[in-house]
Amino acid sequence: MSVIMASPEDAQAAPLAIGAALRRRWRPAEAAIEVGMFAAATVSIMTTVGIVYVLSREALLFFVDDRVSLIEFFGTTQWQPSIGFFGIWPLVSATFMTTAIAMLVALPLGLSVAIYLSEYASARMRGLLKPLLEVLAGVPTVVYGYFALTFMTPILRSIFGADVVEIYNTASAGIVIGILVIPLVASMSEDALHAVPNSLRQAAVGLGATKLETSVKVVVPAALSGIAAAFIVAISRAMGETMVVAIAAGARPHLTANPFVAAETMTGHIVRISGGDLSYATIDYESIFAIGLVLFVLTLGLNVISGRIVARFREVYE
Amino acid sequence: MSTFDVSTRQEDEQFADNRAPRHRSSRIWLGVFAASTIVCILALSALMYNVINGAFGLAAIEDSLDRATLAVDGVSIEEQSADQLQAVLREHVRPAMVRRLETERPFAERSREQLLGVVLETVVQPRAERTWPLDDSLLRRRAIEAEHAADFPGTRLEFVSWLSPSFVSRPQSGVAENAGVRTALLGSLWTIAITVLFAFPFGLGAAVYLEEYADHRRRINRVIQTNINNLAGVPSIIYGMLGLAIFVRAFEPFTSGAFMSAGDATTANGRTILSAGLTLALLVLPLIIINSQEAIRAVPSSLRQASFGLGATRWQTIWNHVLPAALPGILTGTILSISRAIGETAPLVVIGASTAIFVDPSGPFSKFTTLPIQVYQWTSRPQDEFRNIAAAAILVLLILLLTLNATAVVLRNRFSVRY
Repeated sequence: MSVIMASPEDAQAAPLAIGAALRRRWRPAEAAIEVGMFAAATVSIMTTVGIVYVLSREALLFFVDDRVSLIEFFGTTQWQPSIGFFGIWPLVSATFMTTAIAMLVALPLGLSVAIYLSEYASARMRGLLKPLLEVLAGVPTVVYGYFALTFMTPILRSIFGADVVEIYNTASAGIVIGILVIPLVASMSEDALHAVPNSLRQAAVGLGATKLETSVKVVVPAALSGIAAAFIVAISRAMGETMVVAIAAGARPHLTANPFVAAETMTGHIVRISGGDLSYATIDYESIFAIGLVLFVLTLGLNVISGRIVARFREVYE
Repeated sequence: MSTFDVSTRQEDEQFADNRAPRHRSSRIWLGVFAASTIVCILALSALMYNVINGAFGLAAIEDSLDRATLAVDGVSIEEQSADQLQAVLREHVRPAMVRRLETERPFAERSREQLLGVVLETVVQPRAERTWPLDDSLLRRRAIEAEHAADFPGTRLEFVSWLSPSFVSRPQSGVAENAGVRTALLGSLWTIAITVLFAFPFGLGAAVYLEEYADHRRRINRVIQTNINNLAGVPSIIYGMLGLAIFVRAFEPFTSGAFMSAGDATTANGRTILSAGLTLALLVLPLIIINSQEAIRAVPSSLRQASFGLGATRWQTIWNHVLPAALPGILTGTILSISRAIGETAPLVVIGASTAIFVDPSGPFSKFTTLPIQVYQWTSRPQDEFRNIAAAAILVLLILLLTLNATAVVLRNRFSVRY
């Protein structure tokens, strides 16, 4: 810090060389710091490059193997690596199933909570409820897994019958993932609703609209891009959720439309296969990277779409 | 926003008074919105209830050695002195086991309570035949007592708190009744230390660059910013695969400690605390950057301008003015990101955290297990008593996280400055 402290000599010399002294000086230390900071920022770029490189490389090794082909991977419906069947659809369908169930829970509830918080709740109520949502969001996902297996599954079994609902099933995992993403949907949607200027609400109320009409027909449409973005991010989060499905959805790749039977998702399969002592350069090792690549492309695609929606359709007021 | 069909025509026959139904539906929907909020609260309550329900409760316990036989002169085992307990241990435990226990910590140095714990664990060996959750234990005590008397003769019905001080201080074990979380807790703390060590400087550096140096008209800076936002949305399991391929496999000589011949490189195979910490560091880096950026952005530019106006350089301005002002926000954001890392399970399972670890981790090159992984493992077991200790481990994890988050809130409230 003391590098540029003006010494008395400098002050005396100043009148003589005033032009040179006022010119911006070249400061190697400052430049070095800036380069250092830039280097820190590039770590994130290297992470992305690393993810893409690792996933693509191992997935490529998987597909050049004689035992698998791209057509088999995307064209067949049986995933049993031990006997050489590599059709990804059972895993993808289970992922879509848990995600769909989760969204059935999270989107209506999350949006309702957001509307309640932003339009109805008093400041004191909001002060109580928002930390509660943060707590819900801060609970580790493995705890939700425990919750799904020891709470949600017994409830489902007592409602629909133990002979209908298997111990491991996608419905229980999906519902709990839904609960897990409610805080995400609620807080992102609430931010969007909160950003709508008050003048819009006042105009609506001034025209005689009820509170509901103001909220649902004026404020929500005005915040629609933010809400849509929240929904898409929630879908991507539900797809990538791992521990809940690993604990509660079962360990059997199974192409089924029945939410009450066990079906392994993409993430669940990756965790189960890598949980054992996995040897490198085997078809099992490479296969999880191929699945990971599919998952990465799906979730990244959704996140990019969400970002685009926010950027393009954002209504800027004032 | 022309959503209302407010008719300007003054035709009386079209002007029906529909205020009553409109207000009614308004009230009904308010009920719906409030009910959704209550559902969320209920979900959180159910989650907590369920965990506590599992962590305490009645259990039918059978000793492998009847503790009445250990009584000396009518003094029951629970009331014997330390010397008597030592004698019991030497009498009933195999000599090899005694030597192992002595090398862990000599008997003479152990307190009476600790010796009693060892006696119960190694000599009496209580095993839970059947356990009941807390709600049943309290509300259906009679029925449980009847069931116990009928189905589990020769066992004691005892109220067990699966979460106890000894549960926290005992190492991992293959037997639920003897298992504790010390190994996992230490593993978690070691891993998090490594994570903070790497993620905090890089995250802060990146945030300072993006907020204070970067010219956002330049393409490279916009790419970095977009990239960080996208990374924050990548599923954590993908980071686990990155860690597996890079830290565990490619950098194995480094992460297993072979390059400085530390650690037992032959067994760890790069699946060490260092790999885990680095993987989690990459995972939380985007979160730390985004949070720190927000904190730095909240520092008013008048502060910077005043500093520049007095002739300070850019770095002097940042170091002496911007960072001190933003520090509470940065620390809060970092702590919240770190608590996310503590609860993270999937990436660590993927990079191959070992589950059967019975000795404490001794450094960054040790094999490890962590609290959430222990919860996952125990939950996946079918036996009742493993569910119980999983619930107890969840409580330990939640208490750890709660402490961290409370620290963050205190930091935010105490040191934050409003401009």
